[in-house]
Amino acid sequence: MELKSKHLLGIESLEPSEIRLILQTADSFLEISTREIKKVPTLRGKTIINLFYEASTRTRSSFELAGRRLSADILNFSKQTSAVVKGETLRDTILTLEAMRPDAIIIRHGSSGSAYYLTTFCRSHVINAGDGLHEHPTQALLDAYTIKQEKKSFKDLKVVLCGDILHSRVARSNIHCLKKLGADLTLCGPPTLLPPAFGAFDVKIQHDFDKALEGADVIMMLRIQLERMQKSFFPSIREYSRLYGLTAERVARAAKGAVVMHPGPINRGLEIAPDVADSAQSLILRQVENGVAIRMAVLYLLLGGKDSENVG
Amino acid sequence: MDDKIKAKVMDNNKIRRSLHRMTTEIIERNRNLKNLAIVGIRTRGIYIGKRIAQLIKEFERVEVPVGVMDITLYRDDIGEIESQPEVQKTEIEFSINKKDVLLVDDVLFTGRTIRAAMDSLFDLGRPQTIQLLVLIDRGHRELPLRADYVGKFLPTSRRETVQVRLKEIDDTDEVLITEPADLKK
Amino acid sequence: MKMLVKNGRVVDPASGIDETLDILIDKGKIVELKPQIKVEDVKTVDASRLVVAPGFIDMHVHLREPGQENKETIRTGSLAAARGGFTTICCMPNTVPPNDNSGVTEYNLSEARKNAVVNVLPIAAISKGLKGEELADLADLAAAGAVAFSDDGKPVANSLLMRRALEYALPLKPFVIDHCEERSLSEDGHMHEGFCSHRFGIRGMPASAEEIMVARDIILAEQAGARVHIAHLSVKGAARCVREAKARKVRVTAEATPHHLVLTDAALETYDTNFKMNPPLRSEEDVEALLDAVRDGTIDVIATDHAPHAAEDKDQEFDLAPFGITGLETAVSVLLDRLVHKKIIPLGRLVELCASNPARILGLDGKGRIGPGADADLVLLNLGKEIVVEAGEFMSKSRNSPFIGWKLKGTPVMTIVGGRIVYPFAKE
Repeated sequence: MELKSKHLLGIESLEPSEIRLILQTADSFLEISTREIKKVPTLRGKTIINLFYEASTRTRSSFELAGRRLSADILNFSKQTSAVVKGETLRDTILTLEAMRPDAIIIRHGSSGSAYYLTTFCRSHVINAGDGLHEHPTQALLDAYTIKQEKKSFKDLKVVLCGDILHSRVARSNIHCLKKLGADLTLCGPPTLLPPAFGAFDVKIQHDFDKALEGADVIMMLRIQLERMQKSFFPSIREYSRLYGLTAERVARAAKGAVVMHPGPINRGLEIAPDVADSAQSLILRQVENGVAIRMAVLYLLLGGKDSENVG
Repeated sequence: MDDKIKAKVMDNNKIRRSLHRMTTEIIERNRNLKNLAIVGIRTRGIYIGKRIAQLIKEFERVEVPVGVMDITLYRDDIGEIESQPEVQKTEIEFSINKKDVLLVDDVLFTGRTIRAAMDSLFDLGRPQTIQLLVLIDRGHRELPLRADYVGKFLPTSRRETVQVRLKEIDDTDEVLITEPADLKK
Repeated sequence: MKMLVKNGRVVDPASGIDETLDILIDKGKIVELKPQIKVEDVKTVDASRLVVAPGFIDMHVHLREPGQENKETIRTGSLAAARGGFTTICCMPNTVPPNDNSGVTEYNLSEARKNAVVNVLPIAAISKGLKGEELADLADLAAAGAVAFSDDGKPVANSLLMRRALEYALPLKPFVIDHCEERSLSEDGHMHEGFCSHRFGIRGMPASAEEIMVARDIILAEQAGARVHIAHLSVKGAARCVREAKARKVRVTAEATPHHLVLTDAALETYDTNFKMNPPLRSEEDVEALLDAVRDGTIDVIATDHAPHAAEDKDQEFDLAPFGITGLETAVSVLLDRLVHKKIIPLGRLVELCASNPARILGLDGKGRIGPGADADLVLLNLGKEIVVEAGEFMSKSRNSPFIGWKLKGTPVMTIVGGRIVYPFAKE
């Protein structure tokens, strides 16, 4: 089995079977990162461009390691090092980079739809590493992979996703991913950051965090951004933290054996209490570890096969 | 694909006898059996490797560890194969450093799988020696490789396929030569 | 030379006409209208199997001249209008510099006289520099030939300024047209707020942003006893406000664009910036409500909001691309195919929306009707002709249309302005 598209733009367009293929493939890659020589020759001679218009440490380095461990050559470009600062458009930047004949372009960009936009004129494989508020597919995949390691099955698994849903691409990708895998998903957050229209994603909406947590098997927290406060999405850090911060007492309301996840970077003491972040139930560092395996799997599945369009 | 069976070249007994013979040869050549480690190449190399380990245990009462190797990531034809090979796990739960590693596969053909397997081994550690055991050597080598232990030399034409079937996954022990049906007349 | 438009199905709801008649034209005016006119020494146009309607009037276009001639000029915009069946177009003042003083108004008119093939009527700014702070010299602008006042593209945010504009314009012929948008609700947005915006991760512009301003303008107009025209009305709630206000005899009129009548926010799935405009494409529910409003008379006018943009400006990330799409060359075919042929409105109602009503609202005496003494501005429509919208055929300098590639049934085949055939274009 293979992925249908030559690009990975989002989870919404993936079939459940494709998600399972990626998770299963990641299983094989996880072991490589535990070796003394953390490298296989699979993508030798392939060139991958890591184009990050937004600051990102973990996603960029995770993709970079994934590519390197598969022996691909990686070029890193940031907004600062590209000609964007000289007024070059995204299209011209991409066309310039494509002239260097890369095989794949991994893009993180502040505009929703930017990864899709690239595919309208790009020859390379395009991998979305986060586009605006839209999707961050590899994050959702690594989250699903981490859940699968712990919980085995998604069927009827109660997952609570809490925080700034409105502005979160991680939330959108996770909503699609978890629904496709059959989980029972509840979204939680203040109504300003979780508009009722999100109910149309076929998920439960609950504004009371304590109620949402009852019986939860997985608690996924989202980073709260302080600039939202200036726009009056919530009145104060203190109040947000009191209503939607994950504390040990709150974790106790969840099901036995519940696990805690966070895409990072975390605001300690704000959306998540330090003792919860560091607890045995917390999978936060495991998510980071799994991220490399998931991205290796995605790179292998997209670049590893025969690419008819690039041949001849 | 409808493959036509041209000949059955080994049955249960023949396979058993040749595994016995090869085990004896292994024991003769490896005076320090305790330093031996078997790595079976997916899929059928695993089961042949496990049977060899079992025979060594019966003959010499030495437990030889068996690991599983998936060579997909080391293939030299990635990017050329029409349907993408599924990556599976490599599971070698012992250190291969300074070990005498016995690579095991069902059929030796072009030699490319063994090349990939050796590359993979060197990424996993530094073995003392590497030996190769195959149940069938069907010729047509494309690389300068030969097996140390061969169950049966089997001259074939290139369009033929050699199918090794093992009880563990195929419910029967046999080796068949098949040919694509549509190519025959 | 006189012109005789023969055997056409003349549709003029303003005069209650829908029958096969001949039209005799002399010196830019219609001189006779009756069956089987016999006259010699005349240029004859065979209109059999065609509809002859009063020339369409687009109250809302952006011609970009002066200042952004790379996007459009008065000439190319007028050619696009002629091709699209429009004989009169009203150009919005957000040029560079803006039309906020009589000099620019006069420039518009003189350029139009020299270069345009259709009638071009300038709409002048409400506020100086379109800044929404101080009134422009409205009486001066009216005297120079402005037909209406609008800060279109920007709403008049300050309610006091809006009140003053409505009041000050009372004795003048031009009236106020408002782009209704409460920016504090919509400023970060790039599409309609709803499930689609959540799905696509694009910041939303809520329907309430439009509805609030429409309600405010109606309240202010009612208080002042003034006329106000709502530009590109697009949401259900705003239609309800206008309907209620009309029932109370408030002097409010409203327009809708073709794209808001046939497209929804779901079209943004591919982040195609040719579907990005302001007001944005709305929900299916809004489109239904808008069609109701077109049927029941709440909407008086269909206007295109023709907003040309250079390809390089549109070819960007979705949230960086400017708002606006072209419309002059696609409107009539879209309306015939999607509204008339789909039996949402009869042809006569379409002529009202595109000709009679805009003429009445703008106070254009000789236009919007067919009869002796009226201006010889006509459009000939072939209702059965199927076309495919091709960007390469546009006369507009810009190609930012969401309708490219659409197969449509019904199209203008001839446009006559002041007794002159301006489309099909004469071969040079």
